[in-house]
Amino acid sequence: MHRLLSPVLMLVLLALAPAAVTAADFMPAIVFDMGGKFDKSFNQMAYEGAEAWRKENGIAYREFEVTSPVQREQALRQLARRGAAIVIAIGFSQGPAVATVAKEFPNTKFTVIDAIVDAPNVQSVVMREQEGSFLVGMLAAMKSQTGKVGFVGGMDIPLIRKFAAGYRQGALYVNPKIEVLENMTGTTPEAWNDPTRGAELAKAQFGRGVDVIYAAAGGTGLGVYQAAKDAGKYAIGVDSNQNYVQPGTMLTSMVKRIDKVVGEAFTSARDGSWQPGTRDLGLAADAVGWALDQYNRPLITAEMEERCKQATADIVAGKIKVSETCSNAACTN
Amino acid sequence: METATQILLLVAAAIRLATPLLLAALAGLYAERSGVIDLSLEGKMLAGAFAGAAVASVTGSVWVGALGAILTGIVLSLLHGFATVTHRGNQVVAGMAINIAMAGLIPTVAQAIFALGGQTPQLGPAQRFLNVALGNNALTFFAFLAVPATGWLLYRTGWGLRLRAVGENPYAVDTAGLPVARLRYQALLVNGALAGLAGAYLSMAANAGFSRDMTAGKGYLAIAALIFGRWAPVPTMLACLLFAFADAAQAQLQTVRILPSQFVGALPYILTVLVLALVGKGGGMPKALGIPYVKERGA
Repeated sequence: MHRLLSPVLMLVLLALAPAAVTAADFMPAIVFDMGGKFDKSFNQMAYEGAEAWRKENGIAYREFEVTSPVQREQALRQLARRGAAIVIAIGFSQGPAVATVAKEFPNTKFTVIDAIVDAPNVQSVVMREQEGSFLVGMLAAMKSQTGKVGFVGGMDIPLIRKFAAGYRQGALYVNPKIEVLENMTGTTPEAWNDPTRGAELAKAQFGRGVDVIYAAAGGTGLGVYQAAKDAGKYAIGVDSNQNYVQPGTMLTSMVKRIDKVVGEAFTSARDGSWQPGTRDLGLAADAVGWALDQYNRPLITAEMEERCKQATADIVAGKIKVSETCSNAACTN
Repeated sequence: METATQILLLVAAAIRLATPLLLAALAGLYAERSGVIDLSLEGKMLAGAFAGAAVASVTGSVWVGALGAILTGIVLSLLHGFATVTHRGNQVVAGMAINIAMAGLIPTVAQAIFALGGQTPQLGPAQRFLNVALGNNALTFFAFLAVPATGWLLYRTGWGLRLRAVGENPYAVDTAGLPVARLRYQALLVNGALAGLAGAYLSMAANAGFSRDMTAGKGYLAIAALIFGRWAPVPTMLACLLFAFADAAQAQLQTVRILPSQFVGALPYILTVLVLALVGKGGGMPKALGIPYVKERGA
């Protein structure tokens, strides 16, 4: 059906394009990935960043929510054709689509988050999730009574392995005897949106003695947090601050400041300081971290906070090296 | 000791995972024993999951929510019946059409009502099916009790006899002066109610709220279980338990980190294909399944 529709759509868009360009001098655009801008996680963080930027600068942006993999290229192309000055693509799975479309529109700026695309008009932003995950791994290990902590990943991809690797290293840093159980929800994009399965994986881990679970699984994570609430155990959120989702049982959240990246990309594109290339942001750039707010304040002791602060300083100073993968000694008991 | 606990946990997980499959498979059983192929279980479950969570969240009552899920399932069943029984449309096509329509329509409606990106608000304890006994909720007990109830209805009552007859040989039923279309509609009513409840289990028991595409193929798996169970209640239940057990074992195997997650994740599906291949054409299929009934006219 897309094949039939797209030519029609494009004709309509072509007719509209000139009007759109003159309507706004600077038009930024953003393409959310599957999961949608209200996923209480990754995409929502980007959405909040874009919204904050719009309120601050009084400039509207265009957006597209991808609901099936075939739409990615189409969405990027349409926005570029409609005269967007910069198009931000959220999520690693948009990498190939950005690579294709960036070639077709050499004068449009593209910023892709969580993927690396090598092109003269593409800025790739990657974050050191392993560093933030290291800190929440420490918190999990300090909170655990049983000496067993768990991890539930979404789709089994290298990016999610980074979260798992950092978490494992952080937990082992605090307690070298700790046992870390790992589950991946699946190997297809559906794995980001299967809360039933997430809850089931969490229950399986709780059954084996785990009492803190870190979920890096998009919408699937919501099932994990609910299962933790139901079982009276702890869960750790991801990407955006999810402490509010289940107050009292959310130990913390590993925060990726995608909102900041989105705002920075829009602003730099407008004032001309936007640069292509790769931005690799970690704890030092305050791009990742752990969330502490009124919802999890009672769960975090002063000692836990202090040790995390120390570890943060050590990671920034390079005294602690957090590896992206778990093939080295830091990942084994 | 450790192993015993592990097995117990595995069984508990299998029962939880089997519940929505079982409800959906029984829904399919009623429709298919009456001669109507039901590929729309996935769509009905998705609609039921949304309606249940949405109604529960608005009214604050789990029971009103469940009623909403049941009614939504029934409406879709009637639509299916209207296309396939009344107008004798292709049953497979009509079923798939419902699935595709629901996959698009439900998130749109959810967004229009709640503006949460195709989700419903999170449900509180009063709006969910909580565990009532033995670590399970009311829907699980209902699902497993529905198995003997279905067996009794199908094999021990006059209505069951007529229902089975209409799926085997509607011409004979018609000759006996019984209304073929009405019997098929009655089967579809039960079908819609059960499929709606299967969805409600996902959004109101297993989870606390609806999210996009949350059925994740369970409706199709239920059809596989129904075929594997040769359209009979108890074997269908066993098939659901087998699939659920494979799924639960998958979660356990993964943490052991011996096999790659891709392989482990494919296990339930490999099992499905193997099982269906082994069962093959083992009979049990209602003979008039998929054939719209056209009343013969005298010359």
